[in-house]
Amino acid sequence: MKNKKDGKGGFITTTFNSMLGWGRKFSLFQYPFITACCGMEYMSVACAHYDLDRFGMGWTRFTPRQADMLLVVGTISHKEAPVLKTVYDQMTEPKWVVAFGACAVSGGIYDNYAVVQGIDRIIPVDVYIPGCPPRPETVINALIKLQEKIQKEGHEWRFQKKKS
Amino acid sequence: MAISKEKILEDLKQKFSSEILDITAQFGDDIILIKKEALLDIANFLMEDPYSFTMLLDLTCVDYLGEQQRFEMVYQFFSLSHKLRLRFKARLQENDCRIASLTSIFKNANWLEREAYDMFGVHFTGHPYLRRLFMYDGFEGHPLRKDYPLRKQQPKIQLRK
Repeated sequence: MKNKKDGKGGFITTTFNSMLGWGRKFSLFQYPFITACCGMEYMSVACAHYDLDRFGMGWTRFTPRQADMLLVVGTISHKEAPVLKTVYDQMTEPKWVVAFGACAVSGGIYDNYAVVQGIDRIIPVDVYIPGCPPRPETVINALIKLQEKIQKEGHEWRFQKKKS
Repeated sequence: MAISKEKILEDLKQKFSSEILDITAQFGDDIILIKKEALLDIANFLMEDPYSFTMLLDLTCVDYLGEQQRFEMVYQFFSLSHKLRLRFKARLQENDCRIASLTSIFKNANWLEREAYDMFGVHFTGHPYLRRLFMYDGFEGHPLRKDYPLRKQQPKIQLRK
């Protein structure tokens, strides 16, 4: 990732970048795409025991069009792959994807005819959470990593000329 | 009006003497190996009083690759009134893997047979809608056959590198 201080606009834009990142990372609207047993673990993370709302990402959206973060929770089969691709395409920019659990990361134990070997074969992924299923602390750690990534995101493209 | 397991097996042996190839028992369950042509007749016979095997618990297939009669259909029947179960098996040859459908007797045989067709490629004659149940349209082959390549995948959409 490029250093945000390389921005062409100097002090004004770096402050703008920082403010935008700060705003985005604490207002992550999530869309949980739950297909398997990791969903139980997601529920415990999202509910009051571990409480994702503390980190500003507790707001679940029930349509991908309103969401910023796609949580792919569980095994994705080849039959389901077009659905996941459509859901990803429906999300508006900016969007981030989290692969939750061993199956979403790599296919997990299912190395067979039916299962996609990791959702990064279908859509780009920002954070991978290993574990079968991951502990809630692992999930929170990963989501804080995602927040750091969002905070550091540069917006130089806003000040560059379009290449057509 | 209880009827014993021994009596049922005795009646079956008497009625279908030429169709029943073998009767064994394993873990307390009786296993009856039959000719595949006799399946519908036997199921119809067992539906009636006093046997009333009115429930098809499960229907599945086993692939014995390399044997002359490659596929083995397995049917689990259950009698609610007598609390008895019976297991029927019928062997099919690879070049003629078709067997009569039980959909005319048991409604739930519809999806069970579609599953067996999807996974093993067994054809059920008389099935009203023999289409793949689990795999998608355009999937080639039958994944639970032993000669299906172990890790062969057939993606529906273009995968990223």
